[in-house]
Amino acid sequence: MTVAERTESTWIDICALDELVPQSGVAALVGKRQVALFLIPHTEPSVYAIGNWDPLGQANVLSRGILGDLDGEPVVASPLNKQHYRLRDGQCLENSVSARSYPVRVVDGRVQLAQPEA
Amino acid sequence: MSNRQQLIVIGNGMVGHAFVEKMIEADGLARFDVTVFGEEPRAAYDRVHLSEYFSGKNAEDLALTTAENYREQGIDLHLDTPVVEIDTDAREVVTRNGTRHGYDRLVLATGSYAFVPPIEGRDQDGCLVYRTLEDLDAIRDHAEHGRRGVVVGGGLLGLEAANALKHLGLETHVVEFAPQLMPAQLDLAGGDMLRRQIEALDVRVHTGKATQLIDAGENHRLRMNFADGEALETDLVLFSAGIRPHDELARKAGIAVGERGGVVIDDQCRTSDPAIYAIGECALWNRQIFGLVGPGYAMADVAVKQLTEAGETAAFTGADMSTKLKLLGVEVGSIGDAHARTPGAQAYATINEPDATYKRLVVLDGKLIGAVLVGDSADYDILLQYARNGLDLPEHPESLIAPAGDGPPALGPDALPETATICSCHNVTKGGIIEALDGGCANLGDIKGATKASTGCGGCAALLKSTVDHELAKRGMEVNTDICAHFSHTRIELYHLVRVEGIRTFAELLERHGRGLGCDICKPTAASIFASVWNEHVLEPVHQPLQDTNDTYLANMQKDGTYSIVPRVPAGEITAEKLIVIGSVAKKYGLYTKITGGQRIDLFGARKEQLPPIWEELIEAGFETGHAYGKSVRTVKSCVGSTWCRYGVKDSVGMAIHIENRYKGLRSPHKLKFAVSGCTRECAEAQSKDIGVIATENGWNLYVCGNGGMKPRHADLFATDLDDEHLIRYIDRLLMFYIKTADRLQRTSVWLENLEGGLEYLREVVIDDRIGIGEELESQMQAVVDSYRCEWKSTLADPAKLKRFRSFVNSDQPDDNVLFVEERGQIRPATAEEKRQRAGTETLAEEA
Ligand code: SRM
Ligand SMILES: Cc1cc2nc3c(=O)[nH]c(=O)nc-3n(C[C@H](O)[C@H](O)[C@H](O)COP(=O)(O)OP(=O)(O)OC[C@H]3O[C@@H](n4cnc5c(N)ncnc54)[C@H](O)[C@@H]3O)c2cc1C
Ligand code: SF4
Ligand code: FES
Repeated sequence: MTVAERTESTWIDICALDELVPQSGVAALVGKRQVALFLIPHTEPSVYAIGNWDPLGQANVLSRGILGDLDGEPVVASPLNKQHYRLRDGQCLENSVSARSYPVRVVDGRVQLAQPEA
Repeated sequence: MSNRQQLIVIGNGMVGHAFVEKMIEADGLARFDVTVFGEEPRAAYDRVHLSEYFSGKNAEDLALTTAENYREQGIDLHLDTPVVEIDTDAREVVTRNGTRHGYDRLVLATGSYAFVPPIEGRDQDGCLVYRTLEDLDAIRDHAEHGRRGVVVGGGLLGLEAANALKHLGLETHVVEFAPQLMPAQLDLAGGDMLRRQIEALDVRVHTGKATQLIDAGENHRLRMNFADGEALETDLVLFSAGIRPHDELARKAGIAVGERGGVVIDDQCRTSDPAIYAIGECALWNRQIFGLVGPGYAMADVAVKQLTEAGETAAFTGADMSTKLKLLGVEVGSIGDAHARTPGAQAYATINEPDATYKRLVVLDGKLIGAVLVGDSADYDILLQYARNGLDLPEHPESLIAPAGDGPPALGPDALPETATICSCHNVTKGGIIEALDGGCANLGDIKGATKASTGCGGCAALLKSTVDHELAKRGMEVNTDICAHFSHTRIELYHLVRVEGIRTFAELLERHGRGLGCDICKPTAASIFASVWNEHVLEPVHQPLQDTNDTYLANMQKDGTYSIVPRVPAGEITAEKLIVIGSVAKKYGLYTKITGGQRIDLFGARKEQLPPIWEELIEAGFETGHAYGKSVRTVKSCVGSTWCRYGVKDSVGMAIHIENRYKGLRSPHKLKFAVSGCTRECAEAQSKDIGVIATENGWNLYVCGNGGMKPRHADLFATDLDDEHLIRYIDRLLMFYIKTADRLQRTSVWLENLEGGLEYLREVVIDDRIGIGEELESQMQAVVDSYRCEWKSTLADPAKLKRFRSFVNSDQPDDNVLFVEERGQIRPATAEEKRQRAGTETLAEEA
């Protein structure tokens, strides 16, 4: 399903945009799932959401990594072992694993996440 | 799918695994369903570096892959499942469990086993071999209860095993049947020099000894009785008398094997059965078994090509058995015909007894065909290139092994032909490197990734680097020293830009001198520079996103995402009250406690939202942050000193506290460790620190640029008998000079070694103030000292900073994947398995 096809009711309100930290990440809890939210101001898109779970380090830490870009592609470096995960889709650039990826949007200064499938 | 063929690989050792990897790369999985059987209980590991199991590495470090990796690739891996029979008519293999599996193509990669000579009594407890991780576990167990160990066999592996026994604290002996050590590689004189050096290291060598019987000893568990009537008692006998190919499966199946063992293969690695290939140490090619991993990889390559590319003519063409290694700390190299057995060969040799070196060249018709180096193998790479590539020797070949100073003719990478092998483990030639550069590789890292050069034994690292640098320079490409893709500058240049242009934020630095968003290399580097120059709080909103996670949360992240906490304990001196506070905080929050190697106490297992309340209590009791998380001053270790110790000549604790309080919080290119000893007995190990201070009758001796860690370096004596004031002045200047000029993550030891002019120049800058920056350095240091604040104290006073420590922006629930179990009366992180058990079927993590 693409973002456009989603109906209003499937978006979950997470927090105010200004709760996010510019150039950095925070963790959010959505049901039982942990999501890492990143804010890179003045870019399009400026908010990204991927799983907080580091599939290689096996811990919930991705929200605590350093942001940056590799060849122009926004990434976060895992704080445990420094592999890079693409913010766009969670793909790890050094390994075939990937973090989960979540559609996210900002409406009226609120950060909203598409309801994750069960 | 029906059109897919069944491929079975027997053996998951180094070569069997390389075969599978190469198969994947060559897209062989599109054509074959691959099934692998391995006898060992674990997936392939690095046997070449097996001995490192005794010097700190564990099985995980040595692993080349995991069973999961295989599964992810869709390969069916059966560990702990030896194949016991091959039915070549039915094209099936039978495992120990009795299951049968059909194949279209079969690859034997069964390696070899340690040969144990048929000596009576060799089956007793305490008689061991050196081949697998399980063997090493058994050796360790036996060493624990013994005092003496004997290695049977004085070849390469035997001496490596002797080193291991020494590491395990045993009195070590080597018994060799031949009249010399390493008879396969060295000539008699070389073996003799090696023996003398090894004996000087306290390993006893017995040559020309044949063991006849092993029976019970009187003072030790066992007694070895030799043919000459002598005997030697020992607690452990380690056989290292050569290897024998695992060819029993082939033998039983009627596949051709050599007279002295080994599955016979042709140049295409095919056995006498056209559906079956053999590679690695079980294979016999041209009547030779290769006991090295490089030739095995080359065979794997050939076999993969045979299987995946129709009409492929790739051929195995043999391999060279030259070796260079360090045995018990003694450098040894052997190239080609070391024994000068080729008719007409002539030799040159030099023996240097004071330096304990022996070098020999074997020459035929103006070309080098063999060499022996003992005690100093620096010339190995060059000689190997002469031998391999048939280069014309200089007019006086002996100049190649003449003492340094007489200037042996240089043989740079330029002189090598493109066919010259640079990395023999992965068979990479100079031409291959040039090709990779043409194909877009731009630096050493790229080349390593693309060609795998230097990722085996690592012996070719220096040659690879000089070749790559040389080729890059030839293309007019500068050898790239940029810190990353976002800045065309070195750390030192950035430092100067920051200071000179008064830059205070990363955004500004990026806008003026960089591009893109930055990354996890340049951001922490910039953060460290800002801290050294301006010393603003690392959690200011503009600086916080630049920090490594440890600095972001002012604590050290552990494997499960929790943190450890290290309060500063200057010089290791601590009151009973403070000890009680640490104890009660640990108890209250259920933390694991451990005394660190730096004379303080580490508290493990705190979730990030617990860090502020914990620090609240610690600061209340007078503690400060210990900066265990930063690239910054860590600890000043001290001995008890003259206050209590009957030998002490000065108050080392007092000085250590003074130094620690002065430099605490100083951020630098890498961490800094200090120590102060109260007398020359040096109980604080100051000579292994970045800054070491040792009390003398007349003042303090200052040692600099030592470290422990991965590559220990003894500190150099910098100045003697200093008074307190000069001591501090020199340390101020030296540290600031280091901060200004070192590369990122460069310890003082490496910095000094790369500093042009070395120690002498450093003395000129710091002591003689030759370049006139002494005062500037001191005042810059004073500014940092004056602006010190405990980072935790200021964090607690700032609600905005504290917000970052919440577990979630939208919830205060703890991370439910952080789970502990109890061990030895304290917590430890639960393993994945334990978590699964605890959670039942519902996994807490996002694995689903
Ligand atoms: C806790 C401690 C081990 C212990 O339980 O004793 C420790 C723990 C770590 N050391 Fe260490 N080192 C500890 C003493 C040492 C020592 C011994 C000493 O300081 O006397 C050394 C060798 C001496 C030296 O540094 O010269 C040491 C050499 C290293 C190195 C190798 C540095 C090198 O230049 O080769 C690293 C890796 C690095 O820094 O890149 C390292 C890195 C680490 C890290 C940061 C690894 C990491 O990224 O997680 C560990 C942090 C664990 C934590 O959460 O606290 N640790 N480490 C010791 C803390 C001392 C303290 O009170 O601050
Ligand atoms: C201590 C030590 C140091 C060494 N140092 C070096 C060095 O510096 N440089 C170098 O080049 N080489 C070195 N070697 C040699 C190197 O390790 C070998 O050349 C290499 O491991 C050979 O790979 P292989 O896959 O052929 O055999 P192995 O790695 O031995 O793998 C064979 C595997 O097949 C399994 N197997 C056997 N029979 C069966 C069966 N019937 N069914 C299922 N599985 C079976 C075995 O259990 C084993 O796991 C060293 C070896 C040792 C022991
Ligand atoms: S504490 Fe130091 S030596 Fe021990 S595992 Fe961690 S980094 Fe390695
Ligand atoms: S020669 Fe062993 S890694 Fe290159």
